[in-house]
Amino acid sequence: MTIAEIQEEIVDEFSMFDDWMQRYEYMIELGKSLPLIDESYKTEDNIIKGCQSKVWVHAELEDDKLVFTADSDAIITKGIIAILIRAFSNQKPQEIIDANTDFIDEIGLKEHLSPTRANGLVSMIKQLKLYAVAYQTQLN
Amino acid sequence: MIQATLDVATIRKDFPILQREVNGKPLVYLDNAATSQTPRQVIDVIVDYYQNYNANIHRGVHALSQEATDAYEAARKKIQEHFNIAKSHEVIFTSGTTHSINLVANGFSSFLKKGDEVLVSAMEHHSNIVPWQMLCERTGGTLKVIPMNQEGELIMEEYHKLLTERTKLVFCNHISNALGTINPIEEIIEAAHKVGAAVLIDGAQAAPHIRADLQALDVDFYTISAHKVCGPTGVGMLYGKEEWLKKLPPYQGGGEMIAEVTFEKTTYADLPHKFEAGTPNICGGIAFGAALDYMNGIGFDEIAHYEEELLHYATEKLLVIEGLRIYGTAAKKTSVISFNIEGIHPYDIGTILDKLGIAVRTGHHCAQPIMDFYQIPGTVRASFSFYNTKEEVDSLVEGVKRAKNMLV
Repeated sequence: MTIAEIQEEIVDEFSMFDDWMQRYEYMIELGKSLPLIDESYKTEDNIIKGCQSKVWVHAELEDDKLVFTADSDAIITKGIIAILIRAFSNQKPQEIIDANTDFIDEIGLKEHLSPTRANGLVSMIKQLKLYAVAYQTQLN
Repeated sequence: MIQATLDVATIRKDFPILQREVNGKPLVYLDNAATSQTPRQVIDVIVDYYQNYNANIHRGVHALSQEATDAYEAARKKIQEHFNIAKSHEVIFTSGTTHSINLVANGFSSFLKKGDEVLVSAMEHHSNIVPWQMLCERTGGTLKVIPMNQEGELIMEEYHKLLTERTKLVFCNHISNALGTINPIEEIIEAAHKVGAAVLIDGAQAAPHIRADLQALDVDFYTISAHKVCGPTGVGMLYGKEEWLKKLPPYQGGGEMIAEVTFEKTTYADLPHKFEAGTPNICGGIAFGAALDYMNGIGFDEIAHYEEELLHYATEKLLVIEGLRIYGTAAKKTSVISFNIEGIHPYDIGTILDKLGIAVRTGHHCAQPIMDFYQIPGTVRASFSFYNTKEEVDSLVEGVKRAKNMLV
């Protein structure tokens, strides 16, 4: 599936919920099911700055696709990363670079998109894209 | 316990913001240690200033300037009276506590020599640690830390041991922002003076709860921010004993702080203007005075009794929640509760509470050394003011329970 198709699927899933409680409960579930990052990647270097909770992201190229793993010490933050990883992992770097992130707004997480918000969703997206840029350069 | 006599329902009508909703729920504002809300009486003063007598002060010959100057200086007098300060020129208007502390730290770089020591408490806000670290870096002085115990109280035996003839300055907050501990500043000041050290007390967290008598305390410097006492942001006070303020060099150069300027030499203005370079926050200063009037109108004894009642009520109710731990259990503390629930990140709790319209602070509260001490990433902090109610405490407790159910 393309990034756009996955995003559409996520938007569909979230559209089933009537209120914020259900959305957050679902996000928390997603957070709990996030495949854990290898402990050895939980380094200072892999911490995304700008988050009140700790967020680690690791990227690895498998064939021509970029695979992300991540973790956080806060479960809601983890849920947000789980959504991002589902949308962006296992995709070609160039496609990650080109992808837009409007779906975050559509699933009712707009409040987390403010650049000053302490959870650093914006920093997370930026970091995923930076990895993609770095690996794309490598592929070229 | 003395029964609280505050008419909170009437008081709440003074605060327009308390009537609003957040996320479709009535706002429950429990982040008062970060900033207090502003009553209409203070908002009216701000509006009145800009509508009727906005002008630059201390230099105009016209009526507006004179009115603004009179109001600004009247506010200085109010602050002087409120803190029982001997002379009004010992009240320096600043942009707030951080500015006040930096002003003193900067001034002390002229006095401090290599080998001299500055003591700070283990429960300081970052704004109270960094300026002293910078001061020590500049002068070759040494920063030493007064340790605290598990309850979040300073270990006074250790403090007395740290005091020597090398100690030049002791710095401590009156009340800890992260834990709510009321520090024994009388003992701290008296002991420091015995070895000839000056003492700066950060009163930012104390000012909303305690009306400090600065002459009785015999403190050398004391700082507060107006926005913690129902005033506006961006304005505060540095109190300094006259002898110290005369000794300290000016902090910033500019207009207002000079007596005479030629290209060869400038002579500085008298106190307090020596430290008030440039056009100050005139409206803020006047509103600061109005905020103290407002709080005194309610009465600090009544406020203290009521907040103590809220603190006990909230502590009791929260502790019923399994796995909840309160950080900062000092025998003497103000209405601040820092807590965590086992296995849950404070950020997650804060996020769910926000969805319920409940405003708390989460994180390290700019006091990372305290978090390191307890080996936690941060806490959830609920801080209560005289305009909060027991019903709001109930909402908090219900909110925390709900968050716990969702997150565990």
